[in-house]
Parts: sequence; C-alpha cells; structure tokens
Amino acid sequence: MSAPMFKPLVEAVQGLKSLVVGLKITGREFAKPQRTVHYPRQVVGEAALKGYRGHIELVPLEDEAQTPRCIACMQCERICPSNCILIKVEKPAKTAQPAEKTVELDAVTPKTKRTEAMPKEGGRKKVTSFHLDYTLCSLCGLCVQVCPVSSLRHSENLYLAGPSREAFHVDLLARLRSQPQPPAPGEGPRGGGKPEKLAPRKSFVNKDAQGGEGV
Amino acid sequence: MMALADLQIPGALVRLVVALAALAAFVGVNGMLLVYLERKVAGHIQRRPGPFEVGPHGILQAVADALKLVGKQLVTPNGADWLLFWGAPVVSFMPVFLLFLPIEFGPGLYGLDVNLGLLLILAFAGLNVVALCMAGWGSNNKWALLGAARAVAQSVAYEIPLLLAVLAIAAMAGTLHLGEIVAKQGSWPWQWNVALQPVAFFIYFVCSVAETNRAPFDLPEAESELTAGFHTEYPGMGFGLFFLAEYAEMIVVSAVGATLFLGGWKGPLVDGVWWFLFKIYAWLLVMMWIRWTYPRVRFDQILNLCWKWLIPLALLNLLATFVALAVV
Repeated sequence: MSAPMFKPLVEAVQGLKSLVVGLKITGREFAKPQRTVHYPRQVVGEAALKGYRGHIELVPLEDEAQTPRCIACMQCERICPSNCILIKVEKPAKTAQPAEKTVELDAVTPKTKRTEAMPKEGGRKKVTSFHLDYTLCSLCGLCVQVCPVSSLRHSENLYLAGPSREAFHVDLLARLRSQPQPPAPGEGPRGGGKPEKLAPRKSFVNKDAQGGEGV
Repeated sequence: MMALADLQIPGALVRLVVALAALAAFVGVNGMLLVYLERKVAGHIQRRPGPFEVGPHGILQAVADALKLVGKQLVTPNGADWLLFWGAPVVSFMPVFLLFLPIEFGPGLYGLDVNLGLLLILAFAGLNVVALCMAGWGSNNKWALLGAARAVAQSVAYEIPLLLAVLAIAAMAGTLHLGEIVAKQGSWPWQWNVALQPVAFFIYFVCSVAETNRAPFDLPEAESELTAGFHTEYPGMGFGLFFLAEYAEMIVVSAVGATLFLGGWKGPLVDGVWWFLFKIYAWLLVMMWIRWTYPRVRFDQILNLCWKWLIPLALLNLLATFVALAVV
C-alpha cells in the first residue's frame, strides 16, 4: 500500500483528535469562574477599569481639588477633530506680572513643581468654562495627548446614561468642582479585579451645570 | 343509562390517552427545561452567567419566553401559501408524541407496546423533513427556501448511516421492539451495546446531531447566512412550535440512543426510570457542549462527511456485525 492512500485516514484521525481538544477547552472554560458581573447589583471593580477610556475629565491641582491644572492654552480645543470642546477664558489684567515665563516652565517641569512656580491669581489666564459635547466625541484621545500640563485625562466613568442629547453637553469645570476626588493612580486603597457592590457613583452629568437636567 | 353501561372502553385506549397526556406534559416541561439548560450551558462555556434575572438563577426565563411567544401576533407574509405556511409547524410538532409512544422509560413504563417500535420512530421522524420543506416553500422567502433545501439534502443523507447503525443493533438483538432491546442488555456499562458496537454508537451520535439540525450541522437555520432558515418568516407560536419540536426531537434521539446503546433504564445498582432520565440528560448535555464548541461546517463538508465517511463506515460495520453473527 502506498502512503497517499492512507493520507485521508491520517487526516481523519487527526481531525477527530482536534475535536476532542476543542471539547477539552470548552469543558475547562465551563468549570472556570465567570468573568462578567451582575450589573445592576455589582459594578466592575476599579482595578479592572484601569486604562478604560471614558469621556475626558479635568485633572485638579494637587493642593487644590477645585481648580484644574489647565493653563488655557486652547490646544485641546484646536486639535479636537470633532469640535466637541469649547473653552471660555478670562484674560488677566494688564498690570499683572508676565506669565510667559511660567507657562514655558510648565511645559517641561514635572507637575509637582508647577503649582509653586505658578502664581495662582493675576498673571494667569483663567478658564471660566470647559464645555464638552460628548455626543460628538469619538474618544480619540488627542486632547489628552496634546495637553502640555496633563490637565486632561480619560475618566473611568463606565455607566453613562441620559434621557436627552443635552444630558451629554457638560461643563467639565463645574463637574470638577462638584466631584469627589478619587485617589491618584498608584496610591490609596484600590479594589482588586473583583466586582464591587454598587456604590452611588458621581453622575457624568452635573446637576449644577445642567440646571437639574442631569441623570 | 343503558348506553353508558354497555359502553366498553378498551384498556389499550385508556393507556394510550393517559400516555399521550403524560407525554405532552413531559415534552412541554422538558422542552422548557432544555431551553433554560442550553442557555445556561452556553453562558458558562463563555464564562458568563446565562439567564439570571427572571426568578432565582433565571429558572423562569423559559416561562417568560414562552409567554412572550404566545402573546405575539400571528402574521402571514405576503404571497405565502397559507395552508403550507401554517400547516408546517403543526406537521413538525404533531409526530413528536408518536415518537415517544414506543419508548420504554422504565420497567413496563411505555405508551404503546408495539413490536416494530424502532421502525415507527424512524419512519415518523422523517416527517419533520416534510414540515421543513412545507415551511420553506410556503413562506415565499428566499432564505426559508434555501434553508428548506439544505434541510432536505442533509436529513435525507444522514438518515442512511443512521438507519445502518441502528440496523446493526437490531440485527444483534434480533428485534425491533425497544423493550426487548433493553432487556437484552445488562445493568453494567460493559454489558451495554455500546461496548459491542462502538462504531455504530459513534455513527448514531453524529447522525443524531445532524438529524436534529443542531450545530455544527445547523445549516438549515444558519443565522449568519440565512437569517433563521426555514422559520425566518414565522411569528410567535409558529416559531415556538418548530422550536419545541426541535427540542422534543433532541429528547427522542437521545432516548432512542440511550435505549439502543446505553442499556435504556438499566444501570448499575438499581435499575429504573432515573437511569433512563440520567442517560438522556447526559446525552443532551454532550450535544449542547458540542454546539457551543464547534463552528458550523460548510454545506459540501457536511455532505462529504456523510457520503464519504459515515455511510461506508456504517456499511462496513453492518457487514462485520453480520459476519460476527453468522460465525458466533
């Protein structure tokens, strides 16, 4: 007998073997614990949310939880391909010290030194509103990348819902002022990958900013 | 008064009516249970919980689904053949009760004592193909027609190795009576027919998956290609009946398989109905396990597997059985 005659038989036996391998894999997966959470009663643990790219949010100064790091350079507004950021700025009075030097310094110095180098009032342009139209956002993250002072980051806000388009038009500055600050990454108690009981989360939509329209 | 007194109700008829009522309940309850079980198995294999919200651990999910189906409006598509369209689900579901009648669930626990029980089951199981054909033709829908065409080609092809495998068992037992086939097997696994006829068992198993149109042989209702195949156009309980018939047929093929190869209601330690139900459910769970493991095969592959492998293998097996019977 020649070898080619046996080829289909060998292939059939190999095929049958692969079927058993497949059954073994699904059988093993069947016995493993589940990876999903029972949503209304549990939420995804914070550790599992690491790297999750939710809508953008402002990062506050380290010693002042209510003030954003933002220096009003407008680069995020300019780079946004969907035009979903609209920043309103209050220009400082002419009498104040020149701010250029400090801004230049900001771009290169680590964040910790920034606040000391920066005069808080007077010489600095001040953001009065940071409007995000989340309905247009494609979460490309360019604004986060371009920000010279790391004043923008993706939030870990996974559970978004709203009754109207307007519910997703948000003033991030007002949101920052009213949100409880989570501990910075790498410090503070963080849950493991395990699901957590649902705690009342800060809603994406800020009631103050939206005149009670928020969810 | 006189008429009532004269009226003689034959015992066999009473038995038949009671058996049919019991079987209707059995099919309904187990159909629901299987729907739930299928979704749970699928969920756990994919590492999610499956139905969970309706009732504790979602056990009432099948009831909710059934109520939803019953509540839906029955719509006949434009240009559909009314008689074929609405006749098909009925033709698909009605023979199911007939299929259960000769099966012996436990010692003396059967609906109809018929010495051609196996033949009866195999003959009426073929009716399902007619139903699929009617549904596909009557729907006036290209997907339904394609699904039906596939169903016919597949079912006709797989009936041959199935019959050949069953024939080997029937020749060994020398009878087509399901009760007698069980009686000839012992209580321990090595006394079952599967120990003597492993090839026939394998062929029967593959064909049973194909005959019930389940993955990986679910081409007649391939979702990704044909929407839902032959039952694309069926609303509410029209679809519900097809669905129930499919699960009932799963129970039938596993019950017949357990009877032919796994010693029926006989089992280690204590014989009884529980062994039969245990074997049926073990068989069904393996079918579900297979469904959620393998992708759907292509149409030429499914027919090649049948005509080039299973039929020659079944013929060889039958020949070997006959030779062995003649020699021993």
